Amino acid sequence: MRGRWVLAGCLFWVLSAPSLGAIEAQAFPDETIKARYYDLIATLRCPQCLNTNLAGSDAMIAQNLRATVLRLLVEGKSDAEVEQFMFERYGDFILYEPRWTAKTWLLWLGPLGLALVGLSVWWSMGASSRKTRHGLSESDRANLKQLMDR
Amino acid sequence: MIVELGHFCVVIACLLAFLQVVLPSIGLKQNNAQLMASASSLAYGVFVFTLLGFLALIHAFVTDDFSVGYVASHSNTRLPLQFKVSALWSAHEGSFLLWTLVMSIWTMMVARFSAPLTTDMRARVLICLAALGFGFYLFLLLTSNPFERALPFYPAEGADLNPLLQDFGLIVHPPLLYMGYVGLSVPFAFAIASLWGNTLDVSWARWSRPWTNLAWAFLTMGITLGSWWAYYELGWGGWWFWDAVENASFVPWLIATALIHSLAATEKRGVFKSWTVLLAIFGFSFSLLGAFLVRSGVLTSVHAFAVDPERGAAILMFLVPVIGGSLLLYGARAWDLRSRVTFKRSGRESFILGNNVLLTVSAAVVLLGTLYPLGYEALTGGDKISIGPPYFNAVFVPLMLALMALMILSHRSRWWATDRSLLTAGQGVFTAIAAVAAIGVSVVMGPIKLWIIGVAWLAFMILLNLGYELHRRVRLKSNPFSRLFNQPLAVYAMVLGHAGIAVTALGIVTTVMLSEEADLFMAPGDRAEVGAYDVQFYGTNNIEGPNYVADRGRVEVSRAGEVIATLFPEKRRYLASQSIMTEADIHVRSLGDIYVALGEPLENGAWAVRVHIKPLVRFIWFGGILIALGGVLSIFDRRYRAPVARSSRQAPPAPSREAVHG
Amino acid sequence: MAKQSVLIPAFVFAGIVVLLWFGFQLSDPHLLPSQKLNDPVPDFELPSLTAVGETLNAADLTGEISLLNVWATWCPSCIAEHGELTRIFETTGLRIIGVNYNDDSDAARAWLKRWGDPYAFHIVDEDGTLAIDLGVYGAPETFVVDAGGIIRYRHVGVVTQKVFEETFAPLIQNLKDAS
Repeated sequence: MRGRWVLAGCLFWVLSAPSLGAIEAQAFPDETIKARYYDLIATLRCPQCLNTNLAGSDAMIAQNLRATVLRLLVEGKSDAEVEQFMFERYGDFILYEPRWTAKTWLLWLGPLGLALVGLSVWWSMGASSRKTRHGLSESDRANLKQLMDR
Repeated sequence: MIVELGHFCVVIACLLAFLQVVLPSIGLKQNNAQLMASASSLAYGVFVFTLLGFLALIHAFVTDDFSVGYVASHSNTRLPLQFKVSALWSAHEGSFLLWTLVMSIWTMMVARFSAPLTTDMRARVLICLAALGFGFYLFLLLTSNPFERALPFYPAEGADLNPLLQDFGLIVHPPLLYMGYVGLSVPFAFAIASLWGNTLDVSWARWSRPWTNLAWAFLTMGITLGSWWAYYELGWGGWWFWDAVENASFVPWLIATALIHSLAATEKRGVFKSWTVLLAIFGFSFSLLGAFLVRSGVLTSVHAFAVDPERGAAILMFLVPVIGGSLLLYGARAWDLRSRVTFKRSGRESFILGNNVLLTVSAAVVLLGTLYPLGYEALTGGDKISIGPPYFNAVFVPLMLALMALMILSHRSRWWATDRSLLTAGQGVFTAIAAVAAIGVSVVMGPIKLWIIGVAWLAFMILLNLGYELHRRVRLKSNPFSRLFNQPLAVYAMVLGHAGIAVTALGIVTTVMLSEEADLFMAPGDRAEVGAYDVQFYGTNNIEGPNYVADRGRVEVSRAGEVIATLFPEKRRYLASQSIMTEADIHVRSLGDIYVALGEPLENGAWAVRVHIKPLVRFIWFGGILIALGGVLSIFDRRYRAPVARSSRQAPPAPSREAVHG
Repeated sequence: MAKQSVLIPAFVFAGIVVLLWFGFQLSDPHLLPSQKLNDPVPDFELPSLTAVGETLNAADLTGEISLLNVWATWCPSCIAEHGELTRIFETTGLRIIGVNYNDDSDAARAWLKRWGDPYAFHIVDEDGTLAIDLGVYGAPETFVVDAGGIIRYRHVGVVTQKVFEETFAPLIQNLKDAS
């Protein structure tokens, strides 16, 4: 552990982080910016809190970052530029949607790979059954019928 | 004194659990039926002593015994009585005591209802459960003792329960969730016992089914309530955040959902035997992994218990032998379980396989997203990455849509193979009806969204096909009066469960697509427009609760000039901790919720006010309740009440086309 | 399918255990790595707290090795840290520059009057813009900035004597040797 103070801080965060949804009245120049603002603060992570987005945190840094997001949007920055701004300062941690990099391709392709494996299992198990419902093949059945008829 | 007695009772329970492992094991070795049978009676003993310990701690809470450290840090004299009781499971130590109590309840229930099993099978199952219980008691007593006294200097007043937890949600959510988590230990124990005794036949599946369904129903209910609680208590109107802790409960649920389906196929047709065993092991393993990860603080989560990395080692020491041992046992035995039973791609087995594939892949994907940051940090040497809702939604939603599509046809499927005509009959008409209904829903709810039309179409197709199947079954019975009630309960359970999925899906897509949110600056008398509603703020006044003071706002919501609700959101300050809490007020309408929360006080009596319009959000939890009810209903099916002595090693013959299934 | 395939789950689990084992070894989950390491201090144009009327910019941070300390009156740990900063200044003469973060300037001046002022000067960052540019997410945070104004280290949380002697002092010595 890195010292009691930090630990005490963590405990505090545990208790305080989710208790207050941040509710503040912002003045938006127009509806598009408002919608983009809400989308952005929902997908940016509060860097101080345990696992809360900027929208859900009352931490001071979250308030500052929300104000920054709005400021950047009003200045005419695109969503990608806002995300890039945050990334330059806080790194991958702040983005809830991981970027596509050499270290995250497994994350994005893994699900696809698993789904393909699953599909092939499903396909092959259904296909392999040339036999009938009683575990007998058609020829077994024919033999059985012969025996019975005898 | 009572606290020490309680502690002592738990020690006794621990020792009894130990005996419950040892005595029947000796009995198995010496083929001594009496020793084997001791497992049952010991199960009652374990339960009684755990309950006594639990009651002792409740007594400490109710009598405000702050010399107990755990009570002092989680209670307060002014805390209302019901919260003093539920404060017991509000943090790590006490909730783990609840966990052991729940474990002893399940073990006792198995002991009570397993008389028809063979003596040695019964002993093996109970040994497995007792061994798990013994591990839990050791963990509780050695690393997380809630009975510990903080003598000689203890506070005169307790630190109080976190105000977030002073809520009905805390009373019901953890016990239900734990019933689900721990309940999965029963199919796990059945699976391990069968592998161990090499008695893995279809009767094993039949025995596991009601237990699995019940545990799964509890888990469903626990997750549903947790989501509802987060929605109304956290003040931001969300109901699911893909948080590590939520995922920790969701992965076992996905696996358990796969398990209840594959158990059906194994019981009816003898297929997927080794796969079903693996799912039974996975189900409980993931509930252990999740529940323990949360407690170790490895995963960063809003719900995390106080972080204690030292506990991590103890947790791993428990997880490795339990899960690792089970998987190795599986590895040693499973190869011989390959079944020779076959099926066609159109057969019900194939649909169940598809369900299992999709659910298992979903669980794996959720797990991947949850653990990836950990691996990322370990491999990059300290870089951090966040994986949140955008990722999970992107990878999880397609899988669920595929699952719903599969579900549409699954109701009509028959074992082994299904005639094409049976699958397609009437589907054209249904498609049209569902499409009209889906468009209708989208039009009624607001701006037209393709997502809503698409998901609603799937949901209506499921409901129509369920209705079709039910109708076909009823028509086949000769006596018209008993038609509807003569169906096995399992059929109704299935109908409820699948209808619940359709309802939940409809709720999710509508809420996600059409929610409106506004944070408003409102002085007393101000009006604002949110979606189709007008909101008027009338200022706040001061009120006093039992252990808090609050500013209570009055907000009138009207639509088309007509007042439809007056809401009273509160901003509370809890006296003991001085913490501030937002208490939202919610007006529930059939087509959606109106959710109002107070933010910060601004100058001159003005406030920041948050208003959410949440269309059909109740459907999410209503669907969850339907699903859980389905699970509960299924265990009352006649077939499980009649004692089954049959223990055939072969797959049972395929039932005829019209035979009962489920 | 090979017979060994039934052991796959056990292998996967072993992998997860290894991962968890690493997880337990990891540092505190709240410590974010700095994005700004080895970058120059971002440019800014902000008033001085004590020399009222003056503005400061990034050039004021160059010239000698300094500690850039983010503090505020609302931050209780900053009081705990203050004694150590004073001690560092008194024993080593290291230049310490304050960033008064998201604070009320009058309260901040009163705070300094009460606890003493070992800082060379303070940058008033009322809206937290400099702090955001630095990637700060709480207080206290302390950066080691070299004579060229390049950020060489970031410490989150209280600088204790232990932290200073074990981490800061060797780093500063290295920087001195290099120049």
